[in-house]
Amino acid sequence: MPKKAVVDRRKCAYCGACVAVCNLNANELIETYLEIKDNCNGCGICVRTCPMGALSLMEV
Amino acid sequence: MFDVVVVGAGPAGSMAAKTAAEKGLSVLLVEKRQEIGTPVRCAEGISKDSLSRFVEIDRKWIAAEVVGAKIYAPDMTEVVLAEEMAGNEVGFVLERKIFDRHLARLAAKAGAEVFVKTTALGFERTEGGLKVKLRRLGEDWEVETKILIGADGVESRIGREAGIIKTLKMSEIESCAQYLISGIDIDEKYTYFYLGNDLAPGGYAWIFPKGDKSANVGIGILPSLAKMPAKQYLDRFIEKVGVRGKIVEFVAGAVPVYGEISTAVTDNIMLCGDAAYHSDPITGGGIANALAAGYHAGVVAAEAVEAKDYSAGFLRRYDERWKSDFGLKLRRNKKLQEFFLKLDDATLNRLARSISGKKIEEMSVQAIIMELLKTNPSLIEVLKDFFS
Ligand SMILES: Cc1cc2nc3c(=O)[nH]c(=O)nc-3n(C[C@H](O)[C@H](O)[C@H](O)COP(=O)(O)OP(=O)(O)OC[C@H]3O[C@@H](n4cnc5c(N)ncnc54)[C@H](O)[C@@H]3O)c2cc1C
Ligand code: SF4
Ligand code: SF4
Repeated sequence: MPKKAVVDRRKCAYCGACVAVCNLNANELIETYLEIKDNCNGCGICVRTCPMGALSLMEV
Repeated sequence: MFDVVVVGAGPAGSMAAKTAAEKGLSVLLVEKRQEIGTPVRCAEGISKDSLSRFVEIDRKWIAAEVVGAKIYAPDMTEVVLAEEMAGNEVGFVLERKIFDRHLARLAAKAGAEVFVKTTALGFERTEGGLKVKLRRLGEDWEVETKILIGADGVESRIGREAGIIKTLKMSEIESCAQYLISGIDIDEKYTYFYLGNDLAPGGYAWIFPKGDKSANVGIGILPSLAKMPAKQYLDRFIEKVGVRGKIVEFVAGAVPVYGEISTAVTDNIMLCGDAAYHSDPITGGGIANALAAGYHAGVVAAEAVEAKDYSAGFLRRYDERWKSDFGLKLRRNKKLQEFFLKLDDATLNRLARSISGKKIEEMSVQAIIMELLKTNPSLIEVLKDFFS
């Protein structure tokens, strides 16, 4: 099953760490709002980089 | 048409905009946040010298002054770096919420236009330069410029779009979490660093005093080595060391620990600060180099406008400037980081014991290495690269 990154907004501290490591530019931090776009391939790099544990992979 | 558009109003961007505007260029500084300097993503420590090189010190944004640093090995062996002379403070802990705004205001005062809540989405090349695509309060907006300075921090889209830098790998970025803790009981004249592969894999934990019994207590880890998120390592550290006090602020962030990039320019574009991976690969400190890089980029922008030459060839003057300023240090400290990453906790303990109690009078990585070499001559072979 293909996967995608999802963000738990209650945990996200809008730091941009996940944006720094995404190879596909599939995420963007708009002030305090993290947007994950459709081109996310579920590689999971951002999940491992997030200092808050706010990201996870979900089957789509 | 602007002479220069600067993306990002952190220390690098504001310093670049200020310098270019002071030299008479027309400058636009854009920042995607509505408030410059918040949320803070920093432990706020900087040496006195590297700060006073570029700004006049103003007490309004100094939270604390320190005389030295105390470093702890995994078994808590202590190594102290301190100035011999009493009253000789060597480091500051800033209040970056105020500091970053102050710098942006200096840029504005020098004549730069400053637009907040304005995001740079990308750019296109045109005949005379670049067209920068912006989104301001949700509206699309385009401006033309001769030069684009990417000071957009660790998220650095400009650098990636321009093909100057590659996306950071999980082994090239520190993932950080920090609390501002109030009511903490520490000697406020020191900064504190804690090492250990289990405590902070690929990084370290820190306590930086912020005055009035408060401190930034944080941790940075390498995602490639970590088993859990930085915040969990931080909570564990606080438990282990017995830090007491109340958490009054939360900070998360990331800092590149890449080392030196070969070039920070391409036609019409320069990168500075974290966007160019200018932060120190061993300490993660990036304010000093961001200020320096911003300054150099501003100077070279003015030279380019004067010469009407915005080619990569001309802009390499900027590479020459930042590299001769701190390139060597980035290269050395990258090698040192790689060396330290290989040490297990037992070795860290042993090395710390070998220099514990020694008088180390300079607060620098260099000073620690020199002392280690004195007591452990066998390291010379391993560290010889460090001096070449
Ligand atoms: C937890 C932590 C602790 C640290 N502790 C220290 C320390 O003690 N000492 C030290 O020297 N350094 C420290 N650092 C590193 C330091 O914070 C950075 O090196 C420094 O802020 C870099 O400055 P900069 O101007 O390059 O980037 P930043 O300060 O990150 O500024 C970049 C700006 O660009 C804006 N931006 C990004 N993209 C866009 C866009 N597309 N459009 C418009 N604006 C955009 C951002 O909103 C941001 O305001 C720490 C970092 C972290 C994460
Ligand atoms: S890394 Fe985590 S905390 Fe930081 S912006 Fe991304 S999801 Fe939020
Ligand atoms: S899972 Fe991979 S592709 Fe998707 S947002 Fe995270 S880093 Fe980018």
